[in-house]
Amino acid sequence: MNAMNRLALAISLAFPLVGHAGEVEVLHWWTSGGEKRAADTLQKLVEQKGHTWKDFAVAGGGGEAAMTVLKTRAVSGNPPSAAQIKGPDIQEWGELGLLADLDEVAEQGRWDELLPRQVTEVMQYDGSYVAVPVNVHRVNWLWVNPEVFEKAGAQPPTTLDELWAAADRLQAAGYIAIAHGGQPWQDGTVFEDLALSILGPEDYHKAFVDLDEEVLTGDRMVQAFAALKKLRSYVDADAAGRDWNRATGLVIDGKAGMQIMGDWAKSEWTAANKKAGEDYQCLPFPGTQGSFAYNIDSLAMFKLSDEDDRKAQEDLARTVIEPEFQQVFNQNKGSIPVRLDQDMSAFDSCAQKSMQDFKQAAQGEGLQPSLAHGMAASSYVQGAVFDVVTNFFNDPNADPQQAARQLAAAIQAVQ
Amino acid sequence: MSDVSVAQRRSSDVLLPPGEGGAKRRMRAMSLSRLAIHATLILACALYLVPLVVMLLTSFKTPEDIRTGNLLSWPEAFTLIGWIKAWGVVGSYFWNSVMIVVPAVLISTVMGALNGYVLSMWRFRGSQLFFGLLLFGCFLPFQVILLPASFTLGKLGLANTTTGLVLVHVVYGLAFTTLFFRNFYVSVPEALVRAARLDGAGFFTIFGRILLPMSIPTIMVCLIWQFTQIWNDFLFGVVFASGDTQPITVALNNLVNTSTGIKEYNVDMAAAMIAGLPTLVVYVLAGKYFLRGLTSGAVKG
Amino acid sequence: MSSVAVFSPKASHGRSTDWLQAWLPKLVLAPSVVIVLVGFYAYILWTLLLSFTNSRFMPSYKWVGLAQYMRLMENDRWWVASQNLLVFGGLFIAISLCLGVLLAVLLDQRIRAEGAIRTIYLYPMALSMIVTGTAWQWLLNPGLGLDKLLRDWGWEGFRFDWLVDPDRVVYCLVMAAVWQASGFVMALFLAGLRGVDPSIVRAAQVDGASLPTIYLRIVLPSLRPVFFSSLMILAHIAIKSFDLVAAMTAGGPGYASDLPAMFMYTHTFTRGQMGLGAASAMLMLGAVLAILVPYLYSELRTKRHE
Repeated sequence: MNAMNRLALAISLAFPLVGHAGEVEVLHWWTSGGEKRAADTLQKLVEQKGHTWKDFAVAGGGGEAAMTVLKTRAVSGNPPSAAQIKGPDIQEWGELGLLADLDEVAEQGRWDELLPRQVTEVMQYDGSYVAVPVNVHRVNWLWVNPEVFEKAGAQPPTTLDELWAAADRLQAAGYIAIAHGGQPWQDGTVFEDLALSILGPEDYHKAFVDLDEEVLTGDRMVQAFAALKKLRSYVDADAAGRDWNRATGLVIDGKAGMQIMGDWAKSEWTAANKKAGEDYQCLPFPGTQGSFAYNIDSLAMFKLSDEDDRKAQEDLARTVIEPEFQQVFNQNKGSIPVRLDQDMSAFDSCAQKSMQDFKQAAQGEGLQPSLAHGMAASSYVQGAVFDVVTNFFNDPNADPQQAARQLAAAIQAVQ
Repeated sequence: MSDVSVAQRRSSDVLLPPGEGGAKRRMRAMSLSRLAIHATLILACALYLVPLVVMLLTSFKTPEDIRTGNLLSWPEAFTLIGWIKAWGVVGSYFWNSVMIVVPAVLISTVMGALNGYVLSMWRFRGSQLFFGLLLFGCFLPFQVILLPASFTLGKLGLANTTTGLVLVHVVYGLAFTTLFFRNFYVSVPEALVRAARLDGAGFFTIFGRILLPMSIPTIMVCLIWQFTQIWNDFLFGVVFASGDTQPITVALNNLVNTSTGIKEYNVDMAAAMIAGLPTLVVYVLAGKYFLRGLTSGAVKG
Repeated sequence: MSSVAVFSPKASHGRSTDWLQAWLPKLVLAPSVVIVLVGFYAYILWTLLLSFTNSRFMPSYKWVGLAQYMRLMENDRWWVASQNLLVFGGLFIAISLCLGVLLAVLLDQRIRAEGAIRTIYLYPMALSMIVTGTAWQWLLNPGLGLDKLLRDWGWEGFRFDWLVDPDRVVYCLVMAAVWQASGFVMALFLAGLRGVDPSIVRAAQVDGASLPTIYLRIVLPSLRPVFFSSLMILAHIAIKSFDLVAAMTAGGPGYASDLPAMFMYTHTFTRGQMGLGAASAMLMLGAVLAILVPYLYSELRTKRHE
């Protein structure tokens, strides 16, 4: 309600203010409870700087609808100030010559020092900043309900073998071993975690960033598919089409033992008044300790003609990096701040652990872009992988060897 | 509603067998078959109503109630929380939809009527071809035209304006509105128009004095059809309207299709009901005109 | 196309009004002609052009010939989508027609609450596909919907999981779509039935024909134009049922319930495969053309001879 009032106020204020201060129109898909609160924070901070915020939320399918809108807006020659674009897609937009240069803001804000190198690389096109990072999600988490584990006599797993053992126990005790939602991106998320676990970060990089055919068709990729097939047997029959948050709900309600999901799952636990470390545990996905599959949300800035709007846009970029916004936003969203110097004391134990792992992984090979969340490869490669993985996952007679070949062929086809 | 006579003729007046000899036996067979007819119709009613009943029941439940109960379980306590919350989210978009729908429906209906008039009464070389081209347009998947249309709107300076959205709805509603009117006017005796013509009446006079007064049922069909189509549109709304001018279907999608966070099904269902209410009301209240219009040939061949 | 001039523009007015009267119909139609040529056909041509390019993220004009069509032919998902459209479209149109006709005929037998019943059959058409999809997704959801309802009512072994079964999910789409559109078909046929000339029926009755025979042999065949309209509208709905799939299954499980419209949309807008998307759109249009044009042509021809 509160958020709505504020939105209404913003809309009513929008008209008299036009012409004086700048206006930022932000296309995003932060529409759920926690995300909405997070986006409202950004709006409030931008408005405090005297600008007008024109909210442009388009929900649905991880931003699919929003991307359609963005493309038509760009084609009509009238893009918004900023849009939620991430990963390699930023490069695609940069290539079209549509993105604004943020180097000045970045220099003033010392982005180069504050942000890890892996993050800044994604935000730059042709050596210039064109986007501002909002947060860092970790994808390779395993969420465990310790009460269910205890009742089933299962141990929190640290290796894949232990994962299967725990799943067997859970299943024998009558629980759904692994809560899962059968949607392509969720299937992809699980597959990515298995691949990271079995291939290791270096080969993962070769496979999904360099698209190395040898690794893609290699033995261990076949193993990853075989593991996905095995994992399928621990998922209940009704998983198809289930939203991830309903899967999380199964774990919260004690009907399922665990869920493989990124750290946005935490917002569900928080909303159910559960405490990290007590009521639920967050573990790195078995076999991926020391690795950090990241999913960075970012706002790409579009070239604008109006000088006031351009100022407002720059202020938006500044605001996003500020510690105040980083804290509120990330606490609401379950992710961790992008700033390495952020004070983490106000965050819960999962976020603190995540930050620690992030810094450590950033030193070596461990920090890897998430494929399922569009960080590793362009949207066409991602789509091709989803098709193969989700088809494999839903076909009881699928052959892992063949799937690995199909994967390489599908990636080849969209290059 | 039952007294509404949509027909020029009650068909059963004719289809009942003539009550002469052997009437009794026939009557018994008749009543048995009539029982079967009524039973089938009522069963079908129940099936058609289930989704609506489920949506309504759900919208009055608490989230807790939804989790523990089932589809058709009665709410433990009727609560308006879902409706209030839903109105808070989608309410302000409701009026946006009204602003879009009213001009778009009116313009496309007027254009459809004029087109239909020309295509039936003033045919010229190529007019049939044009009609064929227009009909084929009904089958164009709208996803195809998103990019070129937004490019055109950008060039016209109408990108992300309500005007632009109205224009798009007019353009892509034209095929059906023209079809409705053309098919009705084709059934009007040409002699009527020819006589007026001989009396010296012009193009618009004939249209305004003779055809328009008799097209009321067709106009109703057209208005109802267009109202439903445009009110329910999502694709054009999400693409061609921006931020705070978006229609209610986009707001509904933002609410229902949010893939993260808690799912409040009662709010979802209430919002869906709010978004569907105007069209539902139109169908319930104006349904008889709709059928009357169909009867008078709007959609006949 | 021979022109049928209902009015010969010859009257006892001056030359300028003559000229105006002759041109007025064309002038009135002109905006629509422009709209149709630009809004439909220029855009289709543009899409055709894109289908011969390697457009990915945004339109580009690098010519690749038929390469996109070849890729489409090799694409597993495209075949699943096309097959689904055949199954979905065929069943949806057939069932909606049968059900609509049946209900219309039954309703035509002097039913007391006809108005109310009619409204009940018709109301689903008022809802948007998004609402329909959302409602049915919930109804058919195993564990939440009907499945649970019947088990709660004591049918322990009941299991209805078509929505999550890759082989059967397309039938769920059919169910929802039939629910939405069959009432409309009913309304069309009811309207048609009211327009049938009573004397034909009376003559048949005098000959001793039974009611079902009269309907099957005489009444329904005379409603050929209504079949045509219904078919047009149903085919229009079937080809465009993008919203329904999006709201109900999003194409899943896997991509088992994908339809060409969904395929085209995903590849054009979210996958950065605009050329492939354009090629799929052209194939869709081609299929419509192949089925529709002969039919449309014959219908329009016979109309003119009336």
